[in-house]
Amino acid sequence: MRKTLAIALKEIRQVSRDPLSLGMLVGLPLFMLVLFGYALSFDVEGASLAVQDRDLSAASRDLVDAFLHSGRFEFRGWLPADADLAQLTRAGDLLAVLVIPEGYGTELAAGRTGDVQLVLDGTDATTATTVLDYARGIVRFTDGAVLREQLATAGAAGALAAAIDVRPRVWYNPELRSSQFLVPGLIAFILMLMTVLSTALSVVRERELGTLAQLRVAPLRSGQILLGKMLPYLGLSLLAMALILAGARVLFEIEVRGPWGDLLAATLLYLAGGLGWGLLISTVAVSQAVAFQVSVLSSLLPTLLLSGFVFPLRNMPEALQVLSHVVPARYYLVILRGIVLKGAGLGPYWDQMAYLAAYVVIVLLLASVRFGRLRG
Amino acid sequence: MYVLWRVIVKEFLQLRQDRRILSIVFLAPVVQLVAFGYAANLDVTDVPLLVVDRDGSPTSRRLVDEFTASRYFYRVGTESSVADVDPWLVRGEAQVVLVIGEGYGRAVATGATPSVQLLADGSDSTAAGIGLGYASGILGRESARLVSARAEELLRAATFRGIPDRRASRVTTGRPSVGGINMEPRVWYNPDLRTRWFYVPAVLAMVLMIITMVLSSMGVVREKEIGTMEQVIVTPVRSWQLIVGKLFPFAVIGLIDTCLVSAIAVGWFQVPLRSGFPLLVGLTMLFLLNTLALGLLVSTLVRTQQQAMMIAAFGLMLPMIYLSGLIFPIANMPRTIQLVTYAIPLRYYATILRGVFLRGAGLDVLWPQAAVLAGTGVLLLAVASLRFRKRLD
Repeated sequence: MRKTLAIALKEIRQVSRDPLSLGMLVGLPLFMLVLFGYALSFDVEGASLAVQDRDLSAASRDLVDAFLHSGRFEFRGWLPADADLAQLTRAGDLLAVLVIPEGYGTELAAGRTGDVQLVLDGTDATTATTVLDYARGIVRFTDGAVLREQLATAGAAGALAAAIDVRPRVWYNPELRSSQFLVPGLIAFILMLMTVLSTALSVVRERELGTLAQLRVAPLRSGQILLGKMLPYLGLSLLAMALILAGARVLFEIEVRGPWGDLLAATLLYLAGGLGWGLLISTVAVSQAVAFQVSVLSSLLPTLLLSGFVFPLRNMPEALQVLSHVVPARYYLVILRGIVLKGAGLGPYWDQMAYLAAYVVIVLLLASVRFGRLRG
Repeated sequence: MYVLWRVIVKEFLQLRQDRRILSIVFLAPVVQLVAFGYAANLDVTDVPLLVVDRDGSPTSRRLVDEFTASRYFYRVGTESSVADVDPWLVRGEAQVVLVIGEGYGRAVATGATPSVQLLADGSDSTAAGIGLGYASGILGRESARLVSARAEELLRAATFRGIPDRRASRVTTGRPSVGGINMEPRVWYNPDLRTRWFYVPAVLAMVLMIITMVLSSMGVVREKEIGTMEQVIVTPVRSWQLIVGKLFPFAVIGLIDTCLVSAIAVGWFQVPLRSGFPLLVGLTMLFLLNTLALGLLVSTLVRTQQQAMMIAAFGLMLPMIYLSGLIFPIANMPRTIQLVTYAIPLRYYATILRGVFLRGAGLDVLWPQAAVLAGTGVLLLAVASLRFRKRLD
């Protein structure tokens, strides 16, 4: 134990000689949380909408008003009848155009169907789907109003069958704020990146600088050296995690609804996994350049894309779902969202914890073996 | 000019010695684009649906069938009471729960208000929002059917009493409209609303950016750390020749990588490339000019490779990925942050990519973005060169 701490102290001294890296390790996570927490959002605000009203009747004005007063669209203006819609949408500035053909009002009044068109820029399919959804809701609402008017005009008496009363209730995130969904993912992402990058260079640097020889003759087991290397960064990462959680609470009103002890346990395991992965890379890479590239390639994109941070794992092809099993963030994210958003303990997630634990053990074992071989 | 040529040759030779880096720079982008191109998919289909049908009447069963028959939902189970819903949502096994109350069938038959409850797991807000949207759509259509039928009855009764039925000519087409408004969506550029067509170009951009920035940011610093920089300084090579010489092989690698990954995007993922390959390559090289210059700039600022790595990854690549509009739309960001995004070269490249792949935009539409990239590229290169010269002297 004492020997491990000695190594840890040595590592701390080495790290503190590079205040730039140190500052970044602690300050950056918080900075990233602030910047990206505010920036990253799938909540569509103010979709740009232009209107081409060729009918100019009371009915068409009603429909346009419904769109404009819905609070979902940002009105860009009226388009003349001969406007080149293709040209207007090609630059990517205009999302939707509501086209009301001539005769819309008269058709409706006669009890026939009034067709309107919504031209959508489908490039960003996610936003387009959401906007289409809004539009359909607005049309449904206006449609109902038209029917009520028709019935009143026709003097039809009698109770109209009410539409189905739908009561949606959203659990854990009632206002469906995407920040509640994205911030935990952001936390997992930041932590993974931090841990992997901080340890990835540690062994390779010793090899490149030549100090590996000294470690070779030290009366320590490989496992103790690796553990000692990990400890300072573990402490730093926990500090960063505390800062991030505080920031999330203050800025995004994200409170940890579940037990803190469980969160700590899961986080320690996750951090150990990331640090271990960094160490493994460190023992395998031949130069710091290679270590850097492999770290970035193996942690940045996989954690962003294969962990369930943004893209749901469920919809991915089998092969990728299998591959995602080696991304520790995948397990941590389920647990993190569960504890923070759903207020659960570790109970429902014992299988995720088991996977995480297995990951940590395997990675550290491999790193130990490789390191042992390096020392000769 | 001859000196420049010799520097370039030296850089190429140095690269060739490092076999591992070579395989990484060509293999990694390809592997990543394939893997992540598949992963980056937000098409919400097969939403796991839990059904709680306390009514059990033919009417309610028909409603449930509407849900399961659509490709949007995938029924994962049934519960008999709302109290048992908890574990499904906590473990994330069900995303949406359809709860039909006991009196549903009766309400529909007597013309009263039938009520249905929808529960959604809000922790995945994107899927929940879209899932609720689908559910509302299905319920809306069902609603319209009920209301329409009843409305027809009422109007027929009204006609019977002598009031002319203006809707006599209307054929009930079973369209989900009650008052007659029918909105046809026409989706351009991506009619099937495939999210992959949006995200594959994004992954392409990220992959190219990471490779070129990593290469150029390590390039100079490595020589500094190892000590060969001093040897280079005493040669009569001018600093601009050194810079261009260093970046040239990386630019070539970038060009090859661009061809490789765009071929995959088009050939494998079938993302349409509507503006043609030459335009894509040309504008990509403009973008890579920026990334290479940025990497170089980073390497002139630091002393160790670790610092280069930290700054390149955290200070440049991450903010650029998040704030460029590649994945998270800029339009959804707060005003102040939107202003910040104007300083990010990747933002303009993202617009270019979408324009070139999906919208068939040419230089006539994209010239502002191209101009900005050219400008910032030259500016960054100049700044990096100045800093570099100072270091040498």
